[in-house]
Formats: sequence, C-alpha cells, structure tokens
Amino acid sequence: MNGLMISLQDAVVQGVLWGIMVLGVYITYKLLDIADLTVDGSFALGGCVCAIMVLVFKMDPWVALLLAGMAGMVAGAITGLLHTVFEIPAILAGILTQIGLWSINLRIMSGKSNIPLLKTDTIVSKFIDFTGANKQAASLIIGVGIAVIMIVLLYCFFGTEIGSAMRATGNNEAMVRALGVNTNWTKLLALTISNGLVGISGGLVCQSQKYADIGMGTGAIVIGLAAIVIGEVLMGKLRSFGSKLTSAVVGSVIYFVIRAVVLRMGMNANDMKLLSAAIVAVALCVPVVLRKWRLKAAYTEGGE
Amino acid sequence: MLEIKNVKKTFNKNTINEKKALNGINLQLNEGDFVTVIGGNGAGKSTTLNMIAGVYPIDSGRIEIDGVNISRYPEYKRAQYIGRVFQDPMMGTAAGMEIQENMALAYRRGKGRGLAWGIRQSEKSYYQEALKKLDLGLENRMTNKVGLLSGGQRQALTLLMATLQKPKILLLDEHTAALDPKTAKKVLEITEEIVGEQNLTTMMITHNMKDAIQIGNRLIMMHEGKIIYDISGEEKNHLEVEDLLRKFEEASGEEFSNDRMILAK
Repeated sequence: MNGLMISLQDAVVQGVLWGIMVLGVYITYKLLDIADLTVDGSFALGGCVCAIMVLVFKMDPWVALLLAGMAGMVAGAITGLLHTVFEIPAILAGILTQIGLWSINLRIMSGKSNIPLLKTDTIVSKFIDFTGANKQAASLIIGVGIAVIMIVLLYCFFGTEIGSAMRATGNNEAMVRALGVNTNWTKLLALTISNGLVGISGGLVCQSQKYADIGMGTGAIVIGLAAIVIGEVLMGKLRSFGSKLTSAVVGSVIYFVIRAVVLRMGMNANDMKLLSAAIVAVALCVPVVLRKWRLKAAYTEGGE
Repeated sequence: MLEIKNVKKTFNKNTINEKKALNGINLQLNEGDFVTVIGGNGAGKSTTLNMIAGVYPIDSGRIEIDGVNISRYPEYKRAQYIGRVFQDPMMGTAAGMEIQENMALAYRRGKGRGLAWGIRQSEKSYYQEALKKLDLGLENRMTNKVGLLSGGQRQALTLLMATLQKPKILLLDEHTAALDPKTAKKVLEITEEIVGEQNLTTMMITHNMKDAIQIGNRLIMMHEGKIIYDISGEEKNHLEVEDLLRKFEEASGEEFSNDRMILAK
C-alpha cells in the first residue's frame, strides 16, 4: 500500500510538470486546430538544453530552464515558418522539425543519448536546501507554482488584442484576415509560444528526474492530447477560458495517475504508449460514431 | 475614391482549366457612391470584389483607394480601408467567440494590435448602442457565442462589424443570398440604413434585379470579366427589369443567364 502511495505521489508530480507541456499542446490543438508534432522534439530539446546548461556551462538551473523555453520557442518558430511562409501542411511541418531536432538534440548532448545530472544543483535541490522540504513536495510546489503562473499569463495573454486575434484565427481565418490581421503571424506566434511552454516542461522534467534523455519526448504529443481529452471529460462543463487551461493540467495529472495505477496493476510499461494512443483514438472516434448513429436513428420511412 | 484601372486576372493560367476571370476592368467610384453589381454566372462579380479586397493577387492593372496604390498590398493590409460582408453567414464572424469579442476584433480593423486588453469596458456600451439599432435583441446577448445566432442575425452582425470602424469602401458580396426572403429584406433595410447614415462608398453584388435597380445611386452590369453597362443617377431611377435584360442582350449578344438571378419585376 505504501508503495502505491509513493508511486501515486510521483505520478501527481510528473503530471503537473508535464502539464506545462499540455498547456502548450492546448494552444495549438484546441485554439488553432493544429496537431503540432514538433512537441516530441521540442520537449526533448528543452530537457537536453537544460541539462547541458547546468552541467557543462554551470548555469543557474532557473536560467537553464529559461533557455530551455527559448530553445523550444525557436523550434516552434521553425515549424511555424515552414507552415505559414512555405505552406507545408501543419502536421508535416511538425514532423520535419521533430525529426531534425533528434539530430540536434544528440549534438547538444555531444553525441550521448543520456546525460545524468547527479551531482549538480537543480531547481528542486535548491528549493530543498532553501526550505527543507522533501523531494516530492519540492517538485510538486515548483510544478504547481509554475503551472499557475503559466495559466495566469496565458489567460491574460489570450484576453489581449493579439491574443483574441489568435483565438479568432482558429475560429475563422478568412474573417480575421478581413479584419486586418496577418494570420500567418498569429499562427507563427501561437506555435512559438506553445513550444516555449513545451521546452520549459522538458527542462522541468529533466531537472526533476535528474537526467536528460534523447527519447524523453517520444510520444509527448499523444500524452498531451490524451491529457486534454481527459481534462475535457472531467471538467468539460466549465466554460471559462481559465478553467479550460486548468483542465489541461488536471487532465495531465489524471493521465499520470492512471498510468501509475495500471503499471502497478502489472501492465507492461512498454504497453503504455498503446494505451495512450487508444485513449486519444477512442476520444476522437466516439463523437463521430455518435453522430453517424444519431443520423441513422433519426431516419424514418414515413417522415414522422 | 476607388479607382480600378485595367485590372486583369486569369485563374489556372496555361492549364486546361484556364479561366479568364477579369478581362480589363476599369471603374471609378466617387465618395458616397452606392453601386449595385449584377451579371450572369461567372461574369466576374465576386472576383472583382475579391481583387479589391486582395484575396488573390491581380495579374496586371492598378487598384487605388484615395490615391494609395493598394495593388500589391496583402489582404490583411487592405483591410484598413475595406469592410466586407460575405455571402456565407458563417464566414463573417467567429462562431466560438462572444458577440462582443467579435465586435471588439472588428473595431480594431486597420489598427495595430498589441498587448492592451482585447475589449475594454468602455467599448461595451458603444457596442450595445450599435446592436440596439439592429433591432434584433442582440444588445441583451452580448456575451453569447455567435454560433448561437441565426444566419440573418449573423449577417446583420457582420454588417455592423464591417462598419464599426468606418471603412473607405464597403464590399457586400450577395450578402442576403443565403437568407430567407423576409430576413433578406430586413438585412437589406439595415444595409441601406447603415450606408446612408455613414455615407459609405459601397459595392453590392445582388442577384435580385429589382433590388439592383431600387437600391443605390449607380448600377453596373458585368459579363465575361468586363463591365458592359454602367448607369447612375436619374437614368438609373427610371430603369426597369426589361431594360436591363435588353441592355444585356445588346451588349453581350447573348441571353441573360444566371441560375440564381431573380428577374421578377
């Protein structure tokens, strides 16, 4: 029982840290209707940049985290340019950046696929030194703190003139252009901000687990989509934008808790990706199946 | 005001689907002109409006608004001069956003957008007043999502949005075509009211000959990418539907054909 409690606590911490990434996915997927596959690459990029900055350049872990976010933004901007200026379909643009990032991430880590941060300071260890909290509590407080700050920032941003134009771009591009907004710019900006969040999340996960790994972002987009879907199921009734952002992070926590439970119940860890994919696939299929079924059920020969 | 000089546009050039949409359009609008545009299928009516708005680049020629050559401006940059209402009621508004949010977006047409709040408290009463004039009860539903409105309501809202920030020219592309006759009439009334109130320079494509004659101070008829008939003032007031049909046959040597055109007198 004690073991389950510990793994559940771990899951909550992970869920919150990954939740920052889910916020990024929320922007592109829910607001712009783009499934941005850059995420897998930019998440690992954030982790790799963070690890190298702390380990090799002896930077302050907070500064390293900031740089991880900036690296993610650059990655997002590249996808954005490929998609807007060169009109490559969004999914393909994301795949191209993601594949390219694999090599770049290996270069950043000097060809190593894994970099441990065993003896270096991280934001978590600094926080522990400062407050004396235990490791999990420290990670959780930092994660929740950053998540709250990001949600507040995003909430405010999407209430501004640029932010509303960005939301409208996902709604009706033609209208937004007719109202004088360069929609290429809003899409580029959205992808940049989104991947900035993903990079920060990658950096946070790296510092909390004390290593960066070339494969740490694999499947991140699916985790992100699954978390959004779970969040919508749980908190779909809430309409305000702030609660929708919150539901993305909550969805992420629930996802990792589910994961911890099924792993605990003896599921092979290798099957986890299949489960995530199935969650997303089912969530996307259900509305379509329901719609078709309703159409069929509505038919009557007499017309009554 | 608006000056169009020898504008040409061919779609799918050098392919089997080549289509000469505009064949040298020349048009000069004066301040406050309200022009109705009629013509058969594929005459180039919508294309003309889209070229003015910058939806596609033109092949040759020149488009000027108040002496500014906008021929090579992208669509979003031309928006500072132009208000538009489309045929499809879904196209003019963002369904997932509130009425007031849509209006706030439109109110900032042609202005730089920054990190100021997307909608200020002080604007809301202005929007409410504007909505009241539509007389559709929308003034009490400002925080409703636009997706909840009917086609006619959305079209009226789009019209209001296009004119919240006075445009130099208002382009209406069969904006009542998708509405039922009663709603179409109402939207048309609102159109005349708004245009008259602000003395807007307006181009309105219509498929209703009677409307084309009754509304506005000028009428142009298009055929095969050209303006074949341009009439205004007193002369236009005395026009009958038969006159238009005869004019069309004279100018084009063909019978008038538009499967949507309402020829009723």
